[in-house]
Amino acid sequence: MKPRRLISRLAAAAALLLLLGPAPAQAHLVTTGLGPVYDGIGHFLLSPDDVLPALALALFAGLRGPRPGRLALFLLPAAWFVGGLAGLFAGTSTSFPLTPFSFLVLGGLVAADAGLPAGIVAAIAIALGLLHGFLNGAAIKEAGASVPLELTGIMVVLFVLVALFSALVVSLRPPWARIVVRVAGSWIAATGLLLLGWALHQKA
Amino acid sequence: MKTPLSPLSRCAPPALAAVFLLTTQAAHAHIEHGEAGGFASGFHHPWSGADHIVAMVAVGLWGAQLGAPAVWLLPVIFPMVMAMGGFMGLVGIPLPGVEIGIALSALLLGAMVCSEARPPLWVAAVLVGAFGLFHGHAHGTELPPGENGLLYSLGFVIATGTLHACGIALGLVHRWKSGRAALRGAGAVISVMGAVFLWQAIH
Repeated sequence: MKPRRLISRLAAAAALLLLLGPAPAQAHLVTTGLGPVYDGIGHFLLSPDDVLPALALALFAGLRGPRPGRLALFLLPAAWFVGGLAGLFAGTSTSFPLTPFSFLVLGGLVAADAGLPAGIVAAIAIALGLLHGFLNGAAIKEAGASVPLELTGIMVVLFVLVALFSALVVSLRPPWARIVVRVAGSWIAATGLLLLGWALHQKA
Repeated sequence: MKTPLSPLSRCAPPALAAVFLLTTQAAHAHIEHGEAGGFASGFHHPWSGADHIVAMVAVGLWGAQLGAPAVWLLPVIFPMVMAMGGFMGLVGIPLPGVEIGIALSALLLGAMVCSEARPPLWVAAVLVGAFGLFHGHAHGTELPPGENGLLYSLGFVIATGTLHACGIALGLVHRWKSGRAALRGAGAVISVMGAVFLWQAIH
């Protein structure tokens, strides 16, 4: 059997194994059984309220070019970690509806393809990391988990996410491809607006 | 030339699949209630009424007829303004004549597609945006209680965008002469449906 065919069959078999053998999934806080680093990765990936703003920032930084992309790549995980440590010591999460505003602002920036300088993109990355990291740290502490290691997992997955998506957007050349990115941003902003209404609806 | 597989190679994959299918554990995903249901419920909502479906598809069809930049601008404006309408509905800001506005959206957007109307871009954007407000408001006031707000909203926006994408994909036939005729016919059908919705809304 040719090596490529063998590899594709092995991949198909592995996919089948994963699809047909689901283990019980426990979201928030995630217990993967692989240790706190993987728990942090799982926690982040199963939290769309964290994933989507980070994704929007990666898309926005990519739209702005390689330099803002590189700044976001390093600053967002670092700020998230610092914010997480602050959340660990403060220990209480806020009732302020941060998620809808993150969605609205970052999705709006992507949709508008706002021509901001690299320094502002870096400042947005730091602000996003500090705020969402703080909430993550507080939530993880309330769950009694190992905060620094979980935050390390979150940092790793953030780095990968920003690297992949900002690099993808930087490499886009056809105008329609950049428009697809902007449409995705408008969807994130629209979701944020609905979510804000939802939050106010629940408070009323 | 393909190498024939041995009987063992042929039997192994289905046998393996059968073993895993028969020994699969129950997946207890998401211990927080309403999450998966929230996305599915939100995704289903825009598909739940023919009046919503035809209007959103018409936006895509019209965008495809108008070409760039309307083809991407209209599907961006509609979800954004629709979300604004949803926000108004959620926080209790009233909007009179919602059902009539929704019916008119199908009627007029269908007429635009039927006539291949080419107004200035801002006119098209205002028209589509205004109708998006009515659709969003209707959805905002009909949101079911007990769902996960984020996932519901995500599903809702993605479904709306998918409907626009369907319209744009169908509208690609505009490059052919027979396709243009078919699109105008589709616009006429949407317009007639809008007239029926309007009749129902008034009576």
